[in-house]
Amino acid sequence: MNRFDYARPASVAEAVQAGAGEQVRYLAGGTNLIDLMKENVDRPMTVIDINRLPLDAIEELDGGGLRLGALVPNSNTAWDARVEQRYPLLSSAILAGASPQLRNAATNGGNLNQRTRCYYFYDVATPCNKREPGSGCGAIGGVNRIHAILGASDQCIATHPSDMCVALAVLDATVQVTGPDGDRAIPIADYHRLPGDEPWRDNTLKPGELVTGIDLPAEDFTQNYTYLKLRDRLSYAFALVSIAVVMRVEDGTIAEARVALGGVAHKPWRSTEAEKLLKGQQPSPQAFGAFADALLAGAVGQGENDFKILLARKGIIRALKQAAEATPQSQTDKRVA
Amino acid sequence: MATAAKIGIGSAINRVDGVEKVTGTARYAAEHPVENLLYGYIVEAAIAKGRIVSIDEEAARAVPGVIEVITHLNRPHVAWTDHSYQDELKIPGSPFRPLYDDRIQFSQQPIALVMAETFEAARYAASVVEVAYAAEAHNTDFEVAVGDKYVPKKKRSGYTAPKNRGDAAQAFADAPLKAAGDYRLAPEHHNPMEMFGSTVEWHGDGSITVWDKTQGSQGVHAYLASVFGFSKKKVRVLNPYVGGAFGSGLRPQHQVFLAVLAAKKLERSVRVTMIRNQMFSHAYRPQAIQSIALGAETTGKLTAIRNAATTSTSRYEDNMENVVTWGLMNYDCPNADAEYTVAQVDTATSADMRAPGAATGMTLFEMAIDEMAYEAKVDPLEFRLVNYSPIDAMNGTPYTSKALREAFREGAEAFGWSERSAEPRSMRDGKELVGWGCATGMWDAQFSKTSASAKLTANGHLEVACATSDIGTGSYTVMTLVAAETLGLPPEQITAKLGDSDLPTAPVEGGSWGAASTGAAVQLACQAVGKKLLKAAGEIAGAPLGDAKMDDVLFEDGCIVLKDTPTVRVPFGDAMHAADLTEIEEEETAAPGFGDMWKGLHKSKNTHSAIFAEVKVDEELGVVRVTRIVDAVAAGRIINPKTARSQILGGVVMGVGMALHEETFPDHRLGRWMNHNFGEYHVPVHADIHDIQVIFVDEPDPEVTPLGVKGLGEIGIVGTAAAIANAIFHATGKRVRSLPITIDKILD
Repeated sequence: MNRFDYARPASVAEAVQAGAGEQVRYLAGGTNLIDLMKENVDRPMTVIDINRLPLDAIEELDGGGLRLGALVPNSNTAWDARVEQRYPLLSSAILAGASPQLRNAATNGGNLNQRTRCYYFYDVATPCNKREPGSGCGAIGGVNRIHAILGASDQCIATHPSDMCVALAVLDATVQVTGPDGDRAIPIADYHRLPGDEPWRDNTLKPGELVTGIDLPAEDFTQNYTYLKLRDRLSYAFALVSIAVVMRVEDGTIAEARVALGGVAHKPWRSTEAEKLLKGQQPSPQAFGAFADALLAGAVGQGENDFKILLARKGIIRALKQAAEATPQSQTDKRVA
Repeated sequence: MATAAKIGIGSAINRVDGVEKVTGTARYAAEHPVENLLYGYIVEAAIAKGRIVSIDEEAARAVPGVIEVITHLNRPHVAWTDHSYQDELKIPGSPFRPLYDDRIQFSQQPIALVMAETFEAARYAASVVEVAYAAEAHNTDFEVAVGDKYVPKKKRSGYTAPKNRGDAAQAFADAPLKAAGDYRLAPEHHNPMEMFGSTVEWHGDGSITVWDKTQGSQGVHAYLASVFGFSKKKVRVLNPYVGGAFGSGLRPQHQVFLAVLAAKKLERSVRVTMIRNQMFSHAYRPQAIQSIALGAETTGKLTAIRNAATTSTSRYEDNMENVVTWGLMNYDCPNADAEYTVAQVDTATSADMRAPGAATGMTLFEMAIDEMAYEAKVDPLEFRLVNYSPIDAMNGTPYTSKALREAFREGAEAFGWSERSAEPRSMRDGKELVGWGCATGMWDAQFSKTSASAKLTANGHLEVACATSDIGTGSYTVMTLVAAETLGLPPEQITAKLGDSDLPTAPVEGGSWGAASTGAAVQLACQAVGKKLLKAAGEIAGAPLGDAKMDDVLFEDGCIVLKDTPTVRVPFGDAMHAADLTEIEEEETAAPGFGDMWKGLHKSKNTHSAIFAEVKVDEELGVVRVTRIVDAVAAGRIINPKTARSQILGGVVMGVGMALHEETFPDHRLGRWMNHNFGEYHVPVHADIHDIQVIFVDEPDPEVTPLGVKGLGEIGIVGTAAAIANAIFHATGKRVRSLPITIDKILD
């Protein structure tokens, strides 16, 4: 990695002040940033180590929600009793990702901001518009088994690799940030972005902004939920397709269902329009299939990843069934429920 | 006289080097502390073929801590004939020479070496070396290259040409039942846990000591002497611990060349290591396509075998494997023909990877056999018994032993094969389809000339030594057990030394010949020590052993014991004291043909296995779980059942990877492997591995090797992927003829 300046501020205000410069990166668990620096994919001039900031708590919010501190490790979040009881989907999604060692180090804020695992993004000998704007997209017409089928552009077909964020998408979480212009709250749906013609921008953070926490709304889904992750081996692999579902079932009818997909786009993929199709329906393969078709409308394969469209369709149907039947996917037994 | 349970050949003991390994005190090549080290980082080519036009080192040299940037333009003198670069494998062609000239022969080829005070500085500086290329047209697409496949004129060492019999073309045409198809194996990279690294200590007197990650210290020693013009006495190569290799360390890899090159240029001690993605810059298991056509009678009796395979090699060397011979040897069938060709792609030369040739050719063949069995409506296990050949059917020679029938029986019983229902998709467990498949595995039982020494000191300590390697295989423990067996000493009184080019001569460790060959040499050396002891005992006043010969005594608990009168026991120390000896040291060489081996001279020598696999496949989603494997292995005498089981477990796990996971993806436009990291090159993880049961079938065989040992390094992987693929067919009714069987190939 290149030589860089290093700062370890004691307060959020100091961190934000230090974060105002050019080529600045906030360092939390480092499970992604350090790799990127070692691979010379990212060469920050300044690294601000935020690990001493007081953002490491999970707190009750007025009105019944939870605030997950940006620096709480993923594993502490997944195993937190309040999260397990009130937002079991989130626990499940976190535990579907990475390995115990990585989850111990990785933080909630870092998980939001992790970069794509596109092969080309990681290999500086190859073209990548995300890494080096204007150099082209190597994955288009190249090796793209793991790439996007939805929302891609002719500049970039990378996917967001997070599992946690897919769960946050259906929980309608809010990302709390602070920065040079003060605090603001970004709905999770608006936090990550599609690549468009600025694929180097993963999210809507402004320069110098720092994630301080993630708010979960009071509304919980403790019965009808699931996180189903389909991948190239049974653990420790990024999703080819993952599906997060929460559902409210009243008298055998779906009162509400929310579905987000991971591994298929530059952000967790969700369509509130399509979700309306499920409202008032009785759980059935037909209803689930019609919804899957609506959610996947516009899905385009890149060649090697064409299969993901079919995999996503089948996965959505299964995940909806799991959620409707209150038989969520176990993250320890790898048999698909 | 009662004695404690004797520990020797057949004792299931822990690895003697286990404590060092798990406590981290076992030092690997890049861990040896040397003062004043410089660190090297390899700059790799970004293109697959062409020439280097220019290298701008300015930015790299400006990085604090950088000492030198070594390229083809400023490197020290190295040998210029191909012959000088030949290694033990003797692969025909022009071996790759790092930093030799401006030619680029494959992507990720080393083209410069940055030397710095720290590894981190070297690594960063390497990233700012600017290289301009004149690219030339390349091809990395094996399917395209196959159009120009050919039979290499010169064969590499160990290559066996297939022998045809009968008229397979006609027999296939006439066969009432047929199965035919093209079977494929994706390119795989070895990826041992320990990455390649070399530490070179520069002594300043023209001599160097090299700690290298290699499967053969003496092979690297000879290579370095030859390439750099060192006198052999001035180079010592050590590899006391090797964190796996799987064949990637059979040939000297480029980091050892680069490390010595840098040490020579800078006259300093240096270390050069590869990072994980650089592990994709060299050896890989060749990509393969195998066209198999089988004909059979309605009874299931095979009448025709046609077996043609092509594997990938580079433009500059003809790497060959024994791919097509296995099926012809293993099955009783009057008509068989085979053809083996290679095809060139612009990558580094493919290489031996665990069970080279067999893991490819026997595995794919066993997938075709399953198809034939289904065509004939014969149970796949029964089909193999119907076509069982007690002799080597290709060469017409008997085997020294072949307990495959017993392996089938014991394996099937342990697995519960008789409960299998034949129809595909006929067994299920909830949402999952259940499939049971079986396959045969085969490998050569090899023996290679090997020397060893044994030194007994008056305090009763025995040291046995051989320049062989322990690549995780358990060589230290094998040597210890053989010595314990031969001289009747407890393992605690024995030290095994290996991994040092100064020790008695041994071949590179590979091919599963290590335990048989090293074991025999250690046994001979220990027997020689025993003879000296017996002679020394003659000096004892009163000659308690009389005129006993070697056949009249045994060695037990540190004593020479008269077989006929076991109460007569002479402690080793007493014998040595009487003869005024402080130590006895003997060196012996075990060469093929000694002992009872001459009887096996014209016989075929092979290990066999019967593998049974259970898979559960989610019916809708195509998610595969390998829930059970039974591997019954017929591999002669087992020296240490514990490490032997580990060997087979490792092979089976690698077979699971071959079946479901391992595949390196090339971008043919860039001519470059793209998933060159552990995140995206998938090997099985814990969740992918369930029950694996290993059975060793009784197979006494004094003719195969002096100890009756056949070797276990390879057999565990051979056929495993076929058993899994066949189980997937049984579960789903879907034939997938290309490995790995990823989810997209099952989904429909």
